Amino acid sequence: MTRAAIAVRHQLIGLLGVVERNAYLVKRYAIWEVTWFVWTVANTLTIVFIAKGVQAAGGTLDVKRETTVLLIGAVIWSYLGILFEILTQTVGWERWEGTIEYTFMAPLSRVVHLLGMGAFALVYGLIRTALLFGVIASFFTLQLGRADFWAAFVVLAIASISFLGVGVMTAVFPLISPEKGTQLGFIAQGMLLVVSGVYYSVSILPGWMQALAKISPATYALRGIRHALLDGAGVGALWGDIWPLLVIGVVSIPLGFAVFHRGEIYAKKHGMLKRSG
Amino acid sequence: MFAVEVHNLRKEFSRRSLRRRSGKRTPALDGVTFDIARGECVAVLGRNGSGKSTLVRVLSTLILPDGGEARVFGHDVVTDGGAVRRLVNRVSVEASFFKKMSPVENLSYAARFYGLGIRETRERIPEILDRVGFPRSRRDARMETLSRGTQQKVALARALLTSPVLLLLDEPTTGLDPRSKLEVQEFIRDIREEHDTTILLCTHDMVEAEILAERIGILERGSLLCLGPVEELLERFQAETVEQAFLASTGRSVEDDDENGNEDESEQPLEVTT
Repeated sequence: MTRAAIAVRHQLIGLLGVVERNAYLVKRYAIWEVTWFVWTVANTLTIVFIAKGVQAAGGTLDVKRETTVLLIGAVIWSYLGILFEILTQTVGWERWEGTIEYTFMAPLSRVVHLLGMGAFALVYGLIRTALLFGVIASFFTLQLGRADFWAAFVVLAIASISFLGVGVMTAVFPLISPEKGTQLGFIAQGMLLVVSGVYYSVSILPGWMQALAKISPATYALRGIRHALLDGAGVGALWGDIWPLLVIGVVSIPLGFAVFHRGEIYAKKHGMLKRSG
Repeated sequence: MFAVEVHNLRKEFSRRSLRRRSGKRTPALDGVTFDIARGECVAVLGRNGSGKSTLVRVLSTLILPDGGEARVFGHDVVTDGGAVRRLVNRVSVEASFFKKMSPVENLSYAARFYGLGIRETRERIPEILDRVGFPRSRRDARMETLSRGTQQKVALARALLTSPVLLLLDEPTTGLDPRSKLEVQEFIRDIREEHDTTILLCTHDMVEAEILAERIGILERGSLLCLGPVEELLERFQAETVEQAFLASTGRSVEDDDENGNEDESEQPLEVTT
């Protein structure tokens, strides 16, 4: 085996190690996983019931359609939350456990390290999101008669590339602010979704927010998935939402790694790459 | 080629604010120069806040120095950090593991980062845990249920698993009971005999330094005051013990914390105020 092949093999094993460790933690925190899932279900229900509530208050709306619109928004919010949280844990959890110095002094490329976190986040996030969708859907009558689930999955998968890029950028916050960095990740998630039409159409937003919506991958993800599930649009019909996602993904992934690299250098200069307390 | 070459190494820390920088900058390493031959064990003695941990972190590529040079087997820690990371591992005062995970899971995680696959770790982890005297019945227990001494054995196993040619020991026996301390020290001696491992031991345990190291250095407020064999230190400071030599060179006991010491050495997180 050539030296380059050995190096690639080592990096792939490292990537496997990151995924494997996250799987161990899910297993070890299984009770908390269930608790958190129940909380997510409750949280999602409070949003999805709004459509019925508006009708009960005398509003006139297509309850089935609006319930499905809200459900898609809430589920995407949850999915994005999982991706950002896991990527933020690249630093946050390691710092809390005190393992951060061992992990960051190991000969694993940071790009591969972050890709490992991203790969786990995607698989875990998709499983949780599918479960959440299924559980919440059982509470309501939804407008899914024409749904193209495959097309919705394709849009979500492509959008995930962009989400990972943005998530890697937010993962830098705990590096440069050990105390508040994790919360900054949540703020970034909220900012991304508020301009992207998470529970409403982007067209109702002020002009400057609509401008921001154009560069948010969540805008195209939400619109594409709703179009696929509510109207049965296929992958071809969703190209208008897919190509912006691809462009944002191509830009955001390298940008995310570059931002994280700068953050790591900053942390190394200021002695911040160490355990808390 | 030396295993470690450090020349005029400098690092300062300041209390930072997002709005402003305060004027107070504390030297953590102030022109430190020394080298370590391959296979040698060098101990650096110093109080809390003297710069020991900063030195270990620079050699681990976790801190970028402000000036000077540090090389590990010829590789610069700043410009060739990747090569350095393949050669170095460490054991610190805190064992530092994922507390809910078992020793085997923690070791697997660490091993993967050094390119050890599933088959290799399946063979090597039990061997190494046997080697450090870790009880077989506790291998699937959560780390948080293990005693401090037992956790430190797993930390040694983690370092050894990756076959480092340079082992950085940052107070590896601090806080251990006497028996665990002796076991860890014995194990460190064995590693040196069996492998050609170079060791930098940072400690404030004079006896430990004397029994494990060929040369002892004294680090005070970021400055390496002296470095040499025990006999040389005793003669230079006209002392009968290493402790007396330490007192004579620094004017203080090793137990005294340096209140003006650098922040990186303290156990408090670096404070970033807004």
